[in-house]
Amino acid sequence: MIKLTDINKTYFNGSPLHVLKGIDLHIKKGEMVSIMGASGSGKSTLLNILGVLDTYDTGSYYLDNLLIKNLSETKAAELRNQKIGFIFQSFNLINFKNALENVALPLYYQGIKRKKRNEIALEYLDQMGLKDWAHHMPNELSGGQKQRIAIARALIAKPQVILADEPTGALDSKTSLEVIQILRDVNMTGMTMIIVTHEQGVADATDKIIRLRDGIIESIKEKKQEFQNHI
Amino acid sequence: MFDIDNWLEIYYTIKKNKLRTFLTGFSVAWGIFMLIVLLASGNGLKNGVMSNFGDRAVNSIQLHGGRTSQAYKGIPENRRIRLDQKDFDLIEHQIKESEDLSASVQTDTKVSYMLESSTATFDGVYPVLSKIKGIKIVGSKGRFINEIDMKQRRKVAVINKRLQEVLFKNTDPIGKMIVSNGLSFKVIGVYESQEWGNQQNAYIPFTTAQLLYNEGWGIGTINFTVKGIESLEQSELFEKQLRRKLAALHQFAPDDNRAVSIWNTLESYLQTMSIFNAITFFVLIIGIFTLIAGVVGISNIMLITVKERTKEFGIRKALGAKPWSILQLILMESVLITSLFGYVGLVLGILTSELANKIIESAMAAEEGEFYIFQNPSVDIGIAVGAMLALIVAGVLSGLFPAIKAVRISPIEAMRQE
Repeated sequence: MIKLTDINKTYFNGSPLHVLKGIDLHIKKGEMVSIMGASGSGKSTLLNILGVLDTYDTGSYYLDNLLIKNLSETKAAELRNQKIGFIFQSFNLINFKNALENVALPLYYQGIKRKKRNEIALEYLDQMGLKDWAHHMPNELSGGQKQRIAIARALIAKPQVILADEPTGALDSKTSLEVIQILRDVNMTGMTMIIVTHEQGVADATDKIIRLRDGIIESIKEKKQEFQNHI
Repeated sequence: MFDIDNWLEIYYTIKKNKLRTFLTGFSVAWGIFMLIVLLASGNGLKNGVMSNFGDRAVNSIQLHGGRTSQAYKGIPENRRIRLDQKDFDLIEHQIKESEDLSASVQTDTKVSYMLESSTATFDGVYPVLSKIKGIKIVGSKGRFINEIDMKQRRKVAVINKRLQEVLFKNTDPIGKMIVSNGLSFKVIGVYESQEWGNQQNAYIPFTTAQLLYNEGWGIGTINFTVKGIESLEQSELFEKQLRRKLAALHQFAPDDNRAVSIWNTLESYLQTMSIFNAITFFVLIIGIFTLIAGVVGISNIMLITVKERTKEFGIRKALGAKPWSILQLILMESVLITSLFGYVGLVLGILTSELANKIIESAMAAEEGEFYIFQNPSVDIGIAVGAMLALIVAGVLSGLFPAIKAVRISPIEAMRQE
């Protein structure tokens, strides 16, 4: 599904900063992977590259057997729209759109008519148990509800992979557990999932923990346990 | 671009951001409104001055005799030059620029009606003088001197409003007889005073005046209109040629300006025109600066709007919005808002100036003949629409550049903004 070979990335803000120093990574379809590391280890940069939000300097990145390199903005946007679902720490809902419209937004960029996409969005909200909140604005919702809306939005375009950047970073521990459970459930449907986190509890819920340190992969720990026990 | 779904998206965005929409729209509407009102005021000022000047035939020349200031061909200076029928014929036949022509003989006299009496200037003139001077007869009953009055040397008088007030108070003067030097004149009309101050005047037929105050069949003043003279240079040249002809006729030096005085209204007309042009220029400057102020206001709002939406754009991009689709969204939204509110401002501005026009008109109707410096404030619809387009383009452009910048920011960075 995802194949990274010798990815290097250097930022040139003032003095050059070599953030990723040759990342080799293979993530299979249906895997649930967490990326951990101290701040500055390059984990966010890696996630951005995986999400086609950022570019890399050398190496190669195959997503679903498609080489992601030197894409135009337009092409990158298309890829993000069709293949990748994002979940952010700060939810990143559009605050003047209600829950339903937020969830439906990716379909707007696929050119699906308003009525149709709102129908689909309502289904996804229903799956998240938020059908009754469809017409509420983000500021009327709790953090957990917002994140569930964001998950619905990430799923609606039926992407190949979900990328989550600290999905529980802004939530209390109880809500965190709920969100992790939801992500786990989504993964059970066969969705590939990559979670960047610094919470061990979150990482423990995944199949594979990748630790980054100073731009290189320090360790990859696979777990063969049944995860339900952890939660 | 004309996909209904795009418009729906914009509609919902606008609906959910009422304050932002209102602020942007208000700055556009206010800019247009101020521009229209200022331009209309400028035009009102111009029209007011124009109408107060425009009554008189603009291209008239007045001649009257003076005294020579130089000795010429053995004739000593300080000789009195008197205009007479020869001058009249000269102008009528030899000056091809002359059009309407009137001679006049003036005399100051005592005039009375019943117990009221006053002094007045009696001016014997041709019927055509009303056209040359743009004399306005007051009321519907009166008339000016006509050809029959001339032919029959009738003793009729057209008195000015001031004289009417003195002699008749509030009674109707038409058909009444006024007495001057033992002769009675029948009042046939009252005209709007053109003279400044309290001068009391009456026009009588030239032939009658010549008979009564002829002074050897002389002529006091010659008034005529000229055609085909449109600049001060032409006017000066024309005056010079006219003076040379008169000099040959009366045997005075061609450069003796005091022998015959030539008073040219074209000159003052052109001077007034230059005042009008100055007013027009003034209005233009005000308009341009108002426009600039409007553009700056709109640009500010647009800049803030786009800045405020940077995060939203980042989210949209992460979800798969192409750069162009975001630009399109901003452009369509700003065009929609600016043109809608621009139109509102345009209509309000025009309504305001029309309302002002109505008020001024009714005030003018109430006090007939009052001098109004401000008349018919209106604005050329072409200019108004042009100004509106300029503001719309400015609004769109000032939104476009920060929008392009906002779109170029990577989604991660944009989403980090708060």
